[in-house]
Amino acid sequence: MAEFALPANSKIGKGKAWPKPEGAKNVKTFKVYRWQPEDGQNPSVDSYEVDLDSCGPMVLDALIKIKNEVDPTLTFRRSCREGVCGSCAMNIDGTNTLACTKYISDMKDDVKIYPLPHMPVVKDLVPDLTHAITQYSSIEPWLKSTTPAPERERLQSPEERAELDGLWECILCFCCTTSCPSYWWNGDRYLGPAILLQAYRWIADSRDEATGERLDQLEDPFRLYRCHTIMNCTRTCPKGLNPAKAIAEIKKLMVERKG
Amino acid sequence: MSTKLRSPLARVRGLGSAKDGTGHWWAQRLTALALVPLTIWFVAGVIGHIGAEHDELLQWIGHPVTAGLFLLLIGATFYHASLGVQVVIEDYLHNEWIKLAALLVMKAAFLVLGLAAALAVLSILFA
Repeated sequence: MAEFALPANSKIGKGKAWPKPEGAKNVKTFKVYRWQPEDGQNPSVDSYEVDLDSCGPMVLDALIKIKNEVDPTLTFRRSCREGVCGSCAMNIDGTNTLACTKYISDMKDDVKIYPLPHMPVVKDLVPDLTHAITQYSSIEPWLKSTTPAPERERLQSPEERAELDGLWECILCFCCTTSCPSYWWNGDRYLGPAILLQAYRWIADSRDEATGERLDQLEDPFRLYRCHTIMNCTRTCPKGLNPAKAIAEIKKLMVERKG
Repeated sequence: MSTKLRSPLARVRGLGSAKDGTGHWWAQRLTALALVPLTIWFVAGVIGHIGAEHDELLQWIGHPVTAGLFLLLIGATFYHASLGVQVVIEDYLHNEWIKLAALLVMKAAFLVLGLAAALAVLSILFA
């Protein structure tokens, strides 16, 4: 059955309230989800007071400041700190986004930070993305061609190249996939918006010769058709992409090749 | 615990693609499209017969064109409804046996309702 309530071991309790930094005038409260596998405890929400006068403007700056100055056990992924690597995807103020490109000033009240929804948690804000990444490898995201490689590049007209705009920019942060209820309930089989956008990136590539095989692999009531176009994916994408449109394009091609 | 040792890729590939689903998706869209004019026609027809006598109504429904449109409306409505509820069941029921039972009962129910409605129109047509 569908899960309407959290399992008993997932109920989130009240965590530690860390002390306010001394002499700070411009303070913001960050409420951060904490869970570790070792102690058998339920997750909790710790609250940290951050002095914004000595903190960078982004949510990631605050998390790094907390980890450096207050609580070194706070665990999260981060790398490029400029919205290119997709590592720091998390649920901030109720929306999946990248901590490094989300302004602290966007939030009037306390900043609430949770891991990406409905994924197994490794620790604190770190989700286990094994399944989603494996789904990515299952769509074989590389150029497939049986025509022998030419001496120079495989040519593509500017118009054909333009077909890939809005697709190649995806950084696989999985903000969209983990915002999708269809993925929450049927993620074991449904590929989710991020992977379907990536699949379409190769379907739309004029140099790729495996379009039909790619469509064959996607034509499935669960892999593709669990998408009911509610557009959470497009709404949450921190890169401003439109996975829902990519999925609609795949569905159009499915119909097109029937008739 | 053998399921836990199955590789992630084996789990993702699962039983492979069913090579199916497009017909269902397309039929749901087409029936939705057909229902737009059919429903407008039906509502307009009912409004046009407000205050009409029973016999007048029977005469209207018994006209070959009206009866034909009624059969289309009934077919599109119940087919569309069964396609839609099928999606809901597949989305939310995760036990295979419960899912199968729910799908069969649901399809049977819509089939019976649709047939009853269609036969009612036919009995008026041939009365």
